[in-house]
Amino acid sequence: MNRHHLAPPRLSLRFIPVWRRNFLVWKKLALPSILGNLADPMLYMLGLGYGLGSLLPQVNGVAYITFLAAGTVCYSTMNSATFEVLYSGFSRMHVQKTWEAIMNAPLLLDDVMLGELAWGASKSLLSGVAILTVIWTLGLQYSFWMSLLVLPVVILIGLTFSAMGLVMTAISPSYDFFLYYFTLAITPMVLLCGVFYPVSQLPGFLQNVSSILPLTHAINLVRPLILGKTPPNALMHLLALSAWGASSYWLAVVLTRRRLLK
Amino acid sequence: MALLEAKGLIKSYGGTEVVRGLDLSIQPGECLGLLGPNGAGKTTTLKMLLGLIEPDAGSIECLGLPVPQAAREARIRIGVVPQMDSLDPDFTVAENLQVYGRYFRLPESILNERIPRLLEFAGLASKANNKVPTLSGGMKRRLTLARALINDPDLIVLDEPTTGLDPQARHVIWQGLRSLIAQGKTVLLTTHFMDEAERLADRLIVIDHGVKIAEGSPREMISQFIEPHVIEVFGEGALDWKMEGQKLCTRLEVAGETLFCYALDEVPALDSLKTQTGLRYLHRPSSLEDVFLKLTGRELRDQ
Repeated sequence: MNRHHLAPPRLSLRFIPVWRRNFLVWKKLALPSILGNLADPMLYMLGLGYGLGSLLPQVNGVAYITFLAAGTVCYSTMNSATFEVLYSGFSRMHVQKTWEAIMNAPLLLDDVMLGELAWGASKSLLSGVAILTVIWTLGLQYSFWMSLLVLPVVILIGLTFSAMGLVMTAISPSYDFFLYYFTLAITPMVLLCGVFYPVSQLPGFLQNVSSILPLTHAINLVRPLILGKTPPNALMHLLALSAWGASSYWLAVVLTRRRLLK
Repeated sequence: MALLEAKGLIKSYGGTEVVRGLDLSIQPGECLGLLGPNGAGKTTTLKMLLGLIEPDAGSIECLGLPVPQAAREARIRIGVVPQMDSLDPDFTVAENLQVYGRYFRLPESILNERIPRLLEFAGLASKANNKVPTLSGGMKRRLTLARALINDPDLIVLDEPTTGLDPQARHVIWQGLRSLIAQGKTVLLTTHFMDEAERLADRLIVIDHGVKIAEGSPREMISQFIEPHVIEVFGEGALDWKMEGQKLCTRLEVAGETLFCYALDEVPALDSLKTQTGLRYLHRPSSLEDVFLKLTGRELRDQ
């Protein structure tokens, strides 16, 4: 590997036209895209929240739907970022050669990657906001002002999972490859990180695994905010999410440079 | 002073040297053709000149800037037509130009003024609002050429601009390129079509296995490397004429069942062939293609 490939990602505002390009495509298909992105998490939240919730009077002292709503914000944000950078990102990088075209203009691969990262986070912010809107509509939040703090957290979650997804995109030979990531990373996180039930219900060793996963940190920040409380250990969770995001992004940029700049 | 100057370029992949010490320079206003069979190192060379990959050794100066160090700044003044279609299928024809112009940070007022002119130039004015997948192959290439001109570049780099196009579409692209050259644009083009190189390029560089094997204007190369007359002999019994042909031609090549007879004076060979019944033959002036085949051989390269 070329030693220049290992350099930290370059951060420049040149990513903006890349972001705008993706936004312009999205605008053309906005309505079906929003419906497609949101129907699934909303049905889970409402179906399980009310269906299962009627059997479970309270979880950790709150109504089950409220408990689940906070998890859904995080998992919907994660999914939205992941799908965007994996499938759409791979189309742009590999199938449509969009990245190649952009790099013939005065932009660098690092600018393109930053544009993709920011775009993935933007799409996931939209998903997070949509779930939050449902929460506000149903009045599930304990404090509206505290729940507004979920928004910056959602941006961080979106950046983190976009960065992680970009690592997969960097090494993927085809769309089929992404199934491994869902089976081995995304689905286990959905099941182990406290979306549907408190992590404390898991056996000890699974709790230990869960405690390092990024989705756990995301949920540990968002759930208290929905319940109107300051998240315990907030700084640690923010740092953990940022560490996952920053290290993944660096790795993704190095791997993509190795793939494309040869 | 040269607009682009590369010296001693070397690039290897996994221990194989793809480009092995290539020197190349382009004067302002010149159209340079880079010729070579598949795998000769043409695309790798272009990517190095654009600063998209780093040479293992050698130096490049493009538009007065060192590459790859200042490649991004150099690309502000370069237009690129890549080999593979990379148009945005989700956008209309005009949007493709607009979005691409934004990568150069061109203000919308300049884009709004340039886009209609470029669509006119590319013969796509009536297609401005059509989506890219509805275009023919020739239209897509013309749009890619128009896209490469969005920044009004000083240097235009084209990687096999007419591969896969039908003759009509190729001629339209050539007309467009000729008008750009006439405007004083500097052009670097790779191709493996000799007629394309002969029509467009002021000067040619033939590379094979990553090294330069010949350089000159198309006319110079033909007169320097090849006899003026070619007689292709084929049909049953062509190979039986080989002994006779070797005496009458300056040089004789065998490719499968066909004899290629190269001659300074074609008359003796033609007289002999007229007496042979059953043999078919074609007499033509030699072309750049003959030079290319002489220099790079007749074996297939993509196997």
